[in-house]
Amino acid sequence: MSDRLVVSTRKGLFWIERARGGWGIAKADFLGDNVTLALNDPRSGHDYAVLNHGHFGVKLHRRSRGEWREIAAPAYPPKPEGVIDRDGWGKDIPYSLLDVFALETGGPDEDGGLWCGTIPGGLFRSRDHGESWALVRPLWDDPKRQQWMGGGTDWPAIHSICVDPRDSRVVRIAISCGGVWETRDGGETWACRADGMFAAYLPPEMGRDPNTQDPHRLVQSPSAPDRLWVQHHNGIFRSDDGSASWTEIEGVAPSSFGFAVAVHPREPDTAWFAPAIKDERRIPVDGKLVVTRTRDAGRTFEILRDGLPQIHAYDLVYRHGLAVDDSGDRLAFATTTGGLYVSEDQGDHWLEISHTLPPAHAARFVS
Amino acid sequence: MARVVFTANLKRHIDCPPAEADGGTVREALEAVFRGNERLRGYVLDDQSALRRHMAVVVDGRPLRDRVHLSDPIAPTSAIYVLQALSGG
Repeated sequence: MSDRLVVSTRKGLFWIERARGGWGIAKADFLGDNVTLALNDPRSGHDYAVLNHGHFGVKLHRRSRGEWREIAAPAYPPKPEGVIDRDGWGKDIPYSLLDVFALETGGPDEDGGLWCGTIPGGLFRSRDHGESWALVRPLWDDPKRQQWMGGGTDWPAIHSICVDPRDSRVVRIAISCGGVWETRDGGETWACRADGMFAAYLPPEMGRDPNTQDPHRLVQSPSAPDRLWVQHHNGIFRSDDGSASWTEIEGVAPSSFGFAVAVHPREPDTAWFAPAIKDERRIPVDGKLVVTRTRDAGRTFEILRDGLPQIHAYDLVYRHGLAVDDSGDRLAFATTTGGLYVSEDQGDHWLEISHTLPPAHAARFVS
Repeated sequence: MARVVFTANLKRHIDCPPAEADGGTVREALEAVFRGNERLRGYVLDDQSALRRHMAVVVDGRPLRDRVHLSDPIAPTSAIYVLQALSGG
């Protein structure tokens, strides 16, 4: 059971704690700065924060023994003279770190190991707590990468990284837009694993191409790792075979569009989503902020709204904005309009922690 | 020696007092400053060592012309201002 949350926002990093009087904002770091992601590494106790300064670029900071210090940011290699490297739309890909969209620890047997997903589509790895980073060349050099496209961003974004709890060399990532990719040898070889996903918004001849799918978020069941859930641009998809194939979950009310998904740590059939109307209208259905929950692998869904604003609510939950703790009972989500909500009963009831935070990128429980 | 001055907005993130630097081009002058402040490089230049998209450099009142190679010539009396562009970011 986690009593602590970290929320990354457009204007700072906020630490939320459950004390005797209930949940509250305990501390803020980097006030005024755009903190896009944060990570607590339970192996070392380090905290990591990603800051995107806009003008001055993307920076990483690490806190050890109470002190934040800027560490290395992933850097792209020199673009070779004469090399043509274009994305799926034919645009020249900049060899430059434009944003960090995923930051995850390696496995428990990889002390100091971190994975970092970036825009414009490079996956980076650190083996020394972020002191240095290396581009994962086999994936970057795969010619199929040049079919990837930007989704909500100008360039392809690696936003989800799942290290298999059974084997740290098995890693799955998701890309907007580049489908799901898997390595089984720690990053030496990669394969696209998005069969069954489809994109109704693309021309029919492109719509089922695994390599141009737009998964918004990929999560893996810790207790049954062959079960994966994807909130896709086109709806909700589930895999029961370790990403070899995907099945669409249809008929989800009030909507199957959204960005975020969280899976219960011990019940692979239980997952939560944060729906919005649709891609062209990214606000809650009827102005009512809700979370949806399935307990039966997607056959049925409940709409959870107790404690959430049900009139004129226009919050959107970004892909990293919905979190579940290691007990599976506590949930939290943070929104683009500064709302932060916590549930202690798997979403049946919600507590409003704040509705005046800066626009939130991400929320995460800290062990 | 040319004088290199950084925007106050950058000073909030990293120590970058005005500096004196030798060099025949903007690149050479900035590299001389970065040698004593390596972390500053990444706030001004991108991964390919070009000027960041939303940064601007003004040399003796003129905007930098070569944003990729920073080859604009400078004189020993030049004043180089490293600023935020108004393009956003």
